[in-house]
Amino acid sequence: MTLLLEQLLNGLQYGVMLFLMAAGLTLVFGIMGLINLAHGSLYMVGAYAAAWVQQRTGSFLAGLAAGLSAAAVLGMALEAAILRRLYGRDHLDQVLATFGIILFSNEAVAILFGRQPMMAGPPPWLAGAVEIVPGVPYPVYRLAIIVVGMAVAAGLYGLIAHTRIGMLVRAGATHREMVGALGVRIGLLFTAVFGLGALLAGLAGALTGPLLSVQVGMGERILITTFVVIVIGGLGSVRGALAGAMLVGMVDTLTRAFLPGALREVMAASDADALGAGLSSMAVFILMAAVLLWRPRGLFPAHG
Amino acid sequence: MADTKRQAMVLGVCLALMVALPAIAAWTARPDFVTLGSQIAVLAIAAAGLDLLIGRTGLPSFGHAAWFGLGGYAVGIMAVHAGDGSLPGWVTQAWFAWPAAVLVAALAALVIGALCLRTGGVSFIMITLAFAQMFYFLFVALSAYGGDDGLGMRRRNAVPGIGPRDDVAFYYVCLVALVGVLFLLRRIARSRFGLVLDGIRQNERRMMAIGLAPYRYKLAAFVISAAIAGLAGALHVNLFRFASPDLLHWTMSGELMVMVVLGGIGTVVGPVFGAAAMVLLHNFLAQWTEHWMIVMGPILVGVVLLARAGIWGAIGGRR
Repeated sequence: MTLLLEQLLNGLQYGVMLFLMAAGLTLVFGIMGLINLAHGSLYMVGAYAAAWVQQRTGSFLAGLAAGLSAAAVLGMALEAAILRRLYGRDHLDQVLATFGIILFSNEAVAILFGRQPMMAGPPPWLAGAVEIVPGVPYPVYRLAIIVVGMAVAAGLYGLIAHTRIGMLVRAGATHREMVGALGVRIGLLFTAVFGLGALLAGLAGALTGPLLSVQVGMGERILITTFVVIVIGGLGSVRGALAGAMLVGMVDTLTRAFLPGALREVMAASDADALGAGLSSMAVFILMAAVLLWRPRGLFPAHG
Repeated sequence: MADTKRQAMVLGVCLALMVALPAIAAWTARPDFVTLGSQIAVLAIAAAGLDLLIGRTGLPSFGHAAWFGLGGYAVGIMAVHAGDGSLPGWVTQAWFAWPAAVLVAALAALVIGALCLRTGGVSFIMITLAFAQMFYFLFVALSAYGGDDGLGMRRRNAVPGIGPRDDVAFYYVCLVALVGVLFLLRRIARSRFGLVLDGIRQNERRMMAIGLAPYRYKLAAFVISAAIAGLAGALHVNLFRFASPDLLHWTMSGELMVMVVLGGIGTVVGPVFGAAAMVLLHNFLAQWTEHWMIVMGPILVGVVLLARAGIWGAIGGRR
């Protein structure tokens, strides 16, 4: 029972992470119609910048700030230099150009920091564990991530549902040309939305650093899972991104934690471990297939 | 295949060059050219098959490595079982193993394609990528077949009249397979089926309005394209006598896509030039730096932004 509670929290924490990634990606798609594979690279850059600055200065907050600003600045620079030219283009062009950006940024990071993973622990004031219920210790840092992620989700909701910018974002997602025709400086809005998405990716990267090893290729791993989240939630919908992220985070964490054990009841331990590992890494994709069968446009389709 | 006189000439010269490649390799004492040529032919098969989907039907699949890898693993796994006696020896004969690999890829693609085609546009790109990654994780976890380390193959599938270690003869096998696949794809392009695919790319709604069900045609194109990738995968594993999860990695899907666009999208033979360019560029840049991707990335961005017609278009033709 205590293990279940712990794993549920882990699933929540992973889901929050995925939401930070998926929200940016789905907003950028919803408004600019751009599929951006390099979103994972922004996550990686955020993680590297945070880990590097934290190692140099010893301050977690300085690292966090560095990760956020590195991702946001890089994101907006990419938007201005390359991606802006791709908005009206075919999705195939967008995929290829952003694939090229991934190849470049992965190698650039490998040259700058080497292929060895970088480590950055949680700060001392977030280290250790607390007992959430008596007898169940849980790492403070993971709890902090959950809180930050929830706060960001709430902030994002407030921003989109209750501010003027948010109104433009919603309008842009449904009638892009019309918003431009009404005299809104659409180029500025696009850069702002892209910057926001990059910022969220950088936040996800910087927060993940102390949990996982920071290494080349980390961006694509989470990117592909983020795609699963977006397909499940419904393309272009932030609400869908939240639901999809929680679902994927839970399913992935719980199958990884409990499937090998459950299989061990019915077969030899070594077979159960191998099969369990394989099946649990496939679980989220099977979930995606099921959702596609049931609702091809995702759980919360953005348009009609 | 060739739209203009210049393209016909280039095509003739290239074919002659490829036929003469082993002689050139012997003459310049560079036997590695033969392997390089085989690699180009094999990847060209997969890329040309992918172009049926991307260029003709307008479905940008980002998961083609799955079918490539499944075909490859099919021959590798059959060889393992023939080796330990759990399958009869004839499963390692090329006449059985290669069609079996094609069939495995096609059947898997039938299931996955039926799911992926329930959506379109950007979702299709994301879903194909995700499912390919699922197969990647599957083979990483399959420790019985090498898992992460991959699966070696003691000898190539037996083709009658060809020694198992004869690299030159195997090169010609790949070349014949490539030419055969290209002829098949040209037949498809000029058939009624191909015209329907063209129509679906240009305006799916109109195709529905004239009474066709696009879903079935798209699924057929998906399966044919995957079957061709399965053949390419089987040949690739034969070429290097090694299958590894890298065959199914998402970067492989991306590279196949790049070959199609680099060579010329929707042109049947264009992807062959794209494959050749990728393999040669990789080899050339890799001699010079291990970080060859840092050059490849910007080239890719440049091609997309500036040179959409690809190599085949640059040689001188319209689509």
